[in-house]
Amino acid sequence: MSNSHQLKRVDFIFRNENDWEKVLSTNIKKQPKDLINELISSELKGRGGAGFPTGLKWKLTAEAESDKKYVICNADEGEPGTFKDREILSRVPYKVLTAMAICGYITGATEGFIYLRGEYKFLQSELQKTIDEFHYYCNEIKLDFSIKIFMGSGAYICGEETALMESMEGRRGEPRNKPPFPTQAGYLGKPTVINNVETLVHSFTIFKYGAKKFYDLGVQYSRGTKLFSVSGDTPKPGIYELELGMSLQDFVYEFGDGDTKAVQVGGASGFLVPRKKFKDAAIGFKGKLTGISLPTGGSMMLFNSSRSMYNVMDNYLEFFREESCGQCTPCRVGCQQLLLGIKAVKRGDKPASYLDKLLRLTETMQLTAKCGLGQSVANSFSSIVENFREEMIY
Amino acid sequence: MSKNINITINGIPVELEPGKTILEAAEAEGITIPTLCFHKDLCVAGNCRVCVVEVAGQRRLSAACATPCEEGMEILTNSLKVRNSRKQIIELLLSEHNADCTKCYKNGNCELQTLSSEYKIMTQDFLELVPLKKYSIDMYSPSIMKDDSKCIRCQRCVRTCAELQGVNALTVAHKGDQMKITTFFEKAMRDVVCTNCGQCVNHCPTGALVEKNYIEEVWEALADPNKHVVVQTAPAVRVGLGEELGMEPGTRVTGKMVAALRRLGFDSVLDTDFTADLTIMEEGTELLTRLKKALVDKDENVSLPMATSCSPGWIKYIEHMYPEHLKHLSTCKSPQQMFGALAKTYYAKARNLEPENIVSVSIMPCTAKKFEAYRPEMYDSGYRDVDYVLTTRELAILIKQAGLDFNKLEPVKFDRLMGESTGAAVIFGATGGVMEAALRTAYEIVTGREVPFENLNITAVRGMEGVREATIKIEKPLDDWAFLDGVELKCAIAHGLINAKTVMDAVKAGTADYHFIEFMACPGGCLGGGGQPIPTNPEIRQKRAEAIYAEDEGLPMRKSHENPEVQKLYKDFLKEPLGEVSHHLLHTKYTKRERY
Ligand SMILES: Cc1cc2nc3c(=O)[nH]c(=O)nc-3n(C[C@H](O)[C@H](O)[C@H](O)COP(=O)(O)O)c2cc1C
Ligand code: SF4
Ligand code: SF4
Ligand code: SF4
Ligand code: SF4
Ligand code: FES
Repeated sequence: MSNSHQLKRVDFIFRNENDWEKVLSTNIKKQPKDLINELISSELKGRGGAGFPTGLKWKLTAEAESDKKYVICNADEGEPGTFKDREILSRVPYKVLTAMAICGYITGATEGFIYLRGEYKFLQSELQKTIDEFHYYCNEIKLDFSIKIFMGSGAYICGEETALMESMEGRRGEPRNKPPFPTQAGYLGKPTVINNVETLVHSFTIFKYGAKKFYDLGVQYSRGTKLFSVSGDTPKPGIYELELGMSLQDFVYEFGDGDTKAVQVGGASGFLVPRKKFKDAAIGFKGKLTGISLPTGGSMMLFNSSRSMYNVMDNYLEFFREESCGQCTPCRVGCQQLLLGIKAVKRGDKPASYLDKLLRLTETMQLTAKCGLGQSVANSFSSIVENFREEMIY
Repeated sequence: MSKNINITINGIPVELEPGKTILEAAEAEGITIPTLCFHKDLCVAGNCRVCVVEVAGQRRLSAACATPCEEGMEILTNSLKVRNSRKQIIELLLSEHNADCTKCYKNGNCELQTLSSEYKIMTQDFLELVPLKKYSIDMYSPSIMKDDSKCIRCQRCVRTCAELQGVNALTVAHKGDQMKITTFFEKAMRDVVCTNCGQCVNHCPTGALVEKNYIEEVWEALADPNKHVVVQTAPAVRVGLGEELGMEPGTRVTGKMVAALRRLGFDSVLDTDFTADLTIMEEGTELLTRLKKALVDKDENVSLPMATSCSPGWIKYIEHMYPEHLKHLSTCKSPQQMFGALAKTYYAKARNLEPENIVSVSIMPCTAKKFEAYRPEMYDSGYRDVDYVLTTRELAILIKQAGLDFNKLEPVKFDRLMGESTGAAVIFGATGGVMEAALRTAYEIVTGREVPFENLNITAVRGMEGVREATIKIEKPLDDWAFLDGVELKCAIAHGLINAKTVMDAVKAGTADYHFIEFMACPGGCLGGGGQPIPTNPEIRQKRAEAIYAEDEGLPMRKSHENPEVQKLYKDFLKEPLGEVSHHLLHTKYTKRERY
């Protein structure tokens, strides 16, 4: 029995729901415990990268003891080529706000923040208007919850949840040590739920329609739908909401240009899948058949045979070398070594076997880097170098 | 109290109280885990990653310094996986590092060097990154040199300057491969709020931050037959120097130090403690004068509390951060500068020397003293009062270069004329010491009796608490001081500039009703100074403090006003405390500085 299935376009996320007031007012009459159980049974996992079970995150925060708690919507969306969160915030912002308020009700947080990517400043005034209306309604139903927009600083690393909190606290955006996790000690040291924009929209769907509707979509371990930003060598780039669990084969059939040689699943921090593995790869979270984990921001980049995988890798490494916060050794120096290393091999200054040393380096980075950025450089590096070794050398 | 937890480290079962990190648990078991960004004085950063260890059941390694122990953890500190990763991390650091150890000031006392030696990094497979970087060396400060090519970006200096000193002169700039430690607008250290305290130097694991050394200049002066080279040694040096020469922290080496200095060729080996006693006479009188003006004359222009002025790091700090409160400072120069001014006047005259032929060297636990000696205010003798300031560490270098077997040196005494001192001067080296010394003298001047504490030990002002307060009630004063009858003299002590900030904020807010405050820029006072041996940490400071108080207890005279050489100085030269000569030579002015 295959766990993957035919590609299915869905329309949940951007569907216009005119009754967010009702969703909010009915849900805050329910028991927080019941709401959490609903969320847990939907098996929703975070759409921001790490795929942490959302219900559990809210539960841990609800259980944490503190006079103050916070809800943060992560709208830093720094992954190159993705703009799904921007689309959500401009088209269905009230879903995000509603989910944040319900989260606040469940966890005991009365303040929420939207950490908005610096480049999305143009969204700010519209979004603020929506927030003002939203506050007006919260007042009406006597719900003590308010939301502020916090403008990001433009560094990719500030999308990492703890770096984001450092930056909100007025410090340099450097990831913190974990533990403690944000559910215990987040913004200003208080228990904090931080979720991706899309995760919050799915929570809205679950609170409106019930967990079953969500759970019935997708496959085991990967329930529901996901927004994908499709780019690269494709005749139809854009954002698509797809049911999870599709096979890459079907995806390429739908979006490829007939000459697809590889797909980078999950952007620079994700994996490159070569043509020969399309059939076996299903797109979803860990625990499924293939070992390919979910796209971080949902980026899917297709490459046809005219593309040099060396150039692709070079671009990614250039990105990491610049966007590493620079605090920890394996990531700061590792990224520099990887970039210069593949250049040296390409030029012939280092033997081809140097690539193996670099592969070991990415393993060390994965094992020892302080945050997800440095840890995940190995993903693209090893999948590109292992599958396209000749292109790296000649 | 929460229950103990059980873990294993390298297979050894360990029971410990919850809340400890893996690093702490391992240390308690006698297992060393290498560290670079970790320092006991500072909050945990967890950025170098050399302390990684394996926890059973987890694929990724954990930073031992930043990971709390949890029930049932099975920790491996030296598995193959750990070793391989650690070794690669060291290789990475070295690839970004200008590792020319033989030409490096920290050669022989460098944590990076020690670690790479331990891991026997014999080859460098990675590409050299150093030539690609535009590293620069900042050598414009009279106190500190900063060489970015030696920096491993552990941020110990940044944390030191922020957490211990509250100065924030150093910050992290840029990200990725460009990330570096720098100052406001990347200006030179001499042009920013840096106080020259040298705490960052003391906490830097590599050669990236070091003192500006004046070793060659001093050797040259010593070799010049036309120069008479005098040297003064600060109180804290004698309880620190031994560490640099292989001795245990807390070893007192006063006599050996004097012997070594004489062997190095100094013409006269004298003691800053002499001018520490003198400082007490001047500063104590100044305090009593201010009290009289405030209490009897009701003079509104008198500034109380009066703040001590012997720590030049503190002086520069208040000049930058509280320029509107400079009037609180005692006008007394620091003991080093009092000594310098007297060396080229009083001493020159008494020894029949031309002041221009005197080279005045001081050995200090402090890098800020290098800056102080260079201040334009410090030429009151008509010459530069103190020519060269060496740290405790530099003195150890001189001793090693001269090939002296320090351990075998027979202890000898300081030379005379400005070499005599009391226990009150020795304790200047510890936080609270100036306060205690001042109280011993001032109380006796006012009441004619000794301070009412057992064995003269005013334990209330001692200790390592960041801010301490003490009150001493004046009863039955002598007639001249009748106005002080029943007055409770309120004192405060702050060490480490972050604590100075707390007290100064209270002064600024008008909520500090003290009469007298002792401020020391460095944690623990001078014994924890930026020029003291590396490492300096809480335990080592404690040992040095114990040594200081032991030195005090062992001396025959323990009150500054008893110092016969100081009495003679007043009789022959100064006439009286705060007199005209004193005013000219021993007191100074302060400069308002910018807050950035
Ligand atoms: C380098 C880095 C960048 C990240 N950028 C983002 C981002 O832009 N948006 C986001 O939602 N999560 C981002 N994340 C993931 C967050 O740390 C965090 O896991 C997420 O916001 C949690 O939300 P979720 O549970 O809803 O996925 C990033 C993580 C890393 C390591
Ligand atoms: S892994 Fe990279 S981005 Fe993350 S903390 Fe380390 S240097 Fe910063
Ligand atoms: S800082 Fe340390 S490792 Fe670097 S050159 Fe100096 S002694 Fe060698
Ligand atoms: S010398 Fe002191 S004030 Fe200056 S940068 Fe170092 S720690 Fe900060
Ligand atoms: S200057 Fe020294 S303490 Fe500061 S980051 Fe560099 S190596 Fe670390
Ligand atoms: S010592 Fe633990 S990460 Fe640096």
